[in-house]
Amino acid sequence: MGKQTSIDRRKFLKSGVTGGAALVLGFYLPGAQASSATADEVFKPNAWIRITPDNRITVLVEIPEMGQGPRTADTMILADELDADWSMIRVEQAPVIPKVYQHLITGGSGGVETAWSYMRQAGAQARELLLEAAAQRWGVQKSECRAEKSTVIHASTGRHFTYGQLVETASKLPAPKANAIALKQPKDFSFIGNPVPRVDIPGKVDGSAGFGLDVRVPGMVFAVIARCPHFGGKLISFDAAAAKAIPGVQAVFPVPPIGQIPGIIYNANCSAGIAVVADSTWSAIQGRKALKISWDKGPGGTETTETLRKMMQQEAAAPPSFVAVNRGDALKALAGASKTVEANYELPFQAHATMEPMNTTIHVRDGGIEVWSPTQGGGLVQDEIAQLSGLPKDKVTVHMTLCGGSFGRRYQWDYAAEAWQVGKQLKKPVQLMWTREDDIQHDFYRQYSYHHMLGGLDDKGSPVAWSHRVVSTPIRPVFDSPERLKDPRHVASQELGGADVLPYAMPNFRLDYSPVESVVPRAWWRSVESSFTAFAMECFIDEMAHAAGRDPYEFRKGLLQERQLIAAVMWPDNPPLDTVKFRAVLELAAEKSGWGKPLPPRHGRGIACHFSFGSYIAHVAEVSVDKDGTVHVHRIVSAVNCGTAVDPDGVRAMTQGAINYALTPVLTGQISIKDGAVEQSNFHDFQVLRISSAPEVEVYVVPSNEDPMGMGEPGVPPLAPAVANAIFAATGVRVRRLPIDAQTLRNSVPPGPVAGGAVKSSQATVRA
Amino acid sequence: MGHYNLTVNGKSYDADVAVGTPLLWVLRDALNLTGTKFGCGMGLCGACTVHLEGEAVRSCQTPVESVGTKKITTIEGLSPDRSHPVQRAWIAEQVPQCGYCQSGQIMQAAAFLAQNPHPSVEEINRAMEGNICRCATYQRIRRAIQRAAGEAA
Repeated sequence: MGKQTSIDRRKFLKSGVTGGAALVLGFYLPGAQASSATADEVFKPNAWIRITPDNRITVLVEIPEMGQGPRTADTMILADELDADWSMIRVEQAPVIPKVYQHLITGGSGGVETAWSYMRQAGAQARELLLEAAAQRWGVQKSECRAEKSTVIHASTGRHFTYGQLVETASKLPAPKANAIALKQPKDFSFIGNPVPRVDIPGKVDGSAGFGLDVRVPGMVFAVIARCPHFGGKLISFDAAAAKAIPGVQAVFPVPPIGQIPGIIYNANCSAGIAVVADSTWSAIQGRKALKISWDKGPGGTETTETLRKMMQQEAAAPPSFVAVNRGDALKALAGASKTVEANYELPFQAHATMEPMNTTIHVRDGGIEVWSPTQGGGLVQDEIAQLSGLPKDKVTVHMTLCGGSFGRRYQWDYAAEAWQVGKQLKKPVQLMWTREDDIQHDFYRQYSYHHMLGGLDDKGSPVAWSHRVVSTPIRPVFDSPERLKDPRHVASQELGGADVLPYAMPNFRLDYSPVESVVPRAWWRSVESSFTAFAMECFIDEMAHAAGRDPYEFRKGLLQERQLIAAVMWPDNPPLDTVKFRAVLELAAEKSGWGKPLPPRHGRGIACHFSFGSYIAHVAEVSVDKDGTVHVHRIVSAVNCGTAVDPDGVRAMTQGAINYALTPVLTGQISIKDGAVEQSNFHDFQVLRISSAPEVEVYVVPSNEDPMGMGEPGVPPLAPAVANAIFAATGVRVRRLPIDAQTLRNSVPPGPVAGGAVKSSQATVRA
Repeated sequence: MGHYNLTVNGKSYDADVAVGTPLLWVLRDALNLTGTKFGCGMGLCGACTVHLEGEAVRSCQTPVESVGTKKITTIEGLSPDRSHPVQRAWIAEQVPQCGYCQSGQIMQAAAFLAQNPHPSVEEINRAMEGNICRCATYQRIRRAIQRAAGEAA
């Protein structure tokens, strides 16, 4: 995802855990004590661990918990090196002190990958100190001692100390350099790779888990904002008389839009609005309903989905603004090909629609501000509020609450900035809540994209050329300065991921790009550009397979015979795609799904595979299509290679969740635009997946001892193409625009005998 | 403004709120019982599900004055120690991800199982269709309800 994250990650991995400094810094840690022990009875070898004489261990996890499980997985990583007794561990959110905690942000599925190095080092550092402390107490060599389940054991004599008994001695020892300590070999892991119950689940079944909206501060009031529905529009006038007459309403005032904040990497993108403050959320909502407001639609007031589509189609046919890859000469090879295949794919804007809508609670006092925010980046919220208020950062206390889902949405800081705008007008704490309508209509949406694909086959049916034109409403212009946007490569830099690492052997390959302007705010949506590039790529390779008269799985396999490491063109520092690993997950998914076995009429299987965030995932979808065009997704078989699966059940949960999340844009979900505003407003017209449409899911994880890679997002990209390819197998109809329009599948004629998704080449869209 | 006496989780509460305030906001803002969640405000997502005399209702669509003397149970009162069969099953199946919708899911499932202790998968789907989970833990929700039904048998 964001470059910022990866820079932070690399910078930190280089420096490692600083032993002595961290020991000192440990004393600055605020927050709840693990037990009633006083400060000098706590062993704080570094910023992430506290052990008290009663054997309790507190682990501070930096990565925000949004449901993806870092509080469990990152603690497992640390606890493994610490040889801890899991039952004595308590996990807390690390406080927002960016000088100490440099990973208070997550994005790009990096929550485990980022922590892998520093959390192991932190655990090992503490373990070495505890071993040394025990050795000194016994007057023996440290090498004679070993650690196990929060106990140091002197093997030859059978003596032992619990970690709690070593707190005092260990606290007086100088910490060894964390990056100089030998870490465990995978064969010695006790937690990593084994099932551990998630630490956050008990509080999530009894109502005690604290999300942003659950923050309760004495004397607090509640607020909502009426925002201009037209992106980029302005407030002309408003009449608050009726709103102020609503029982409980305390104040009504306009809040100006906020654009670029100096010193913050991102534009806050807050709309013009009117805040309504009341003694309850309900009264604030009622007050807002009573407002009479006149909006100026602004320069984007005529924008619609149709105007955008027309521009996209025009750009798809015009010369590109940026050529990312031009290997060989794809256009010449296409001209000389025996057969060419051509297809256009289109994917609309998508909303994140987290179950907990955006919110922030803030208390602006003279000389200090306290903020409670469900955010993907606590440090950036602190930066933002400090910049806006003019206060130094250490006067802005930020509490990171649990996030009720995120999927990329809380990588924006607009709602915290809005809360500050409201809070600074009041002398009391205020909770700003977004209603569902606010959430659906003022998101930072997944880009709208359009793809023009051309493929060429030689007379033996082997692919000779692949040309992919991506046209989209890019993310960069939403945040970046006009100066940076002069560089077409920069504009394209969040639009081509996945498309630039074509895994299949292709002598001539071209990838190019053109942007389309839009007033609709766009940003990172679960799996970002892979959520659309994979759809175009994996549907199109299927179309080429059928054009070649080949089974789409065998066709792919045939193009993955040689081992190649393919570097990403747009983000060369990302791990390269290894075609052997790619093929292996494809084979595993095909095998486990029963690829090739007969299915009933109007049923079909589709396969797709994608590499993103360092992980490889292949899905086989099994669908059926009713005569009226209704699509049923029955089963998804998934094969995953994410390196070391630290928390294997977490990996399965993320894959299941990603599959279901990705089904919404396939089956029902889309954001459409009229008058420069979003047409949808709540779950009746932005329909998301419900339980009866959730398929059976089987997840197979490839064993690996390599470093862990991302898992929050990679399950999303291959899902849509797997389903679309399965629909083709079931009906002979290609779905090239999402969500599926049942009309196009109505009365479709199944393509006859189906074996594992294969259909006769005559069914494919071929221009010979 | 109106004055209301409510019985929530076996305790008596007094609330002074505007007439017409949905029970959801009385629970959350006046009584600080924040386990019950706001999701959509239109009865479309089920995050606000509570029990009224044991029956699952959407508290965002339940005006406070309609409650009367009916006993309200929220997630905080389903059991004192997460021992309700549905809560135990939710933990055993490791259902929640972000967890925000799960209070509503659990309250819906608990009321459903009380009415139908041995449901089929189709019946589970139908009963839970009104509860949205964007982390999409649906497969585990199905398994947890089956587990809870099995344990209660």
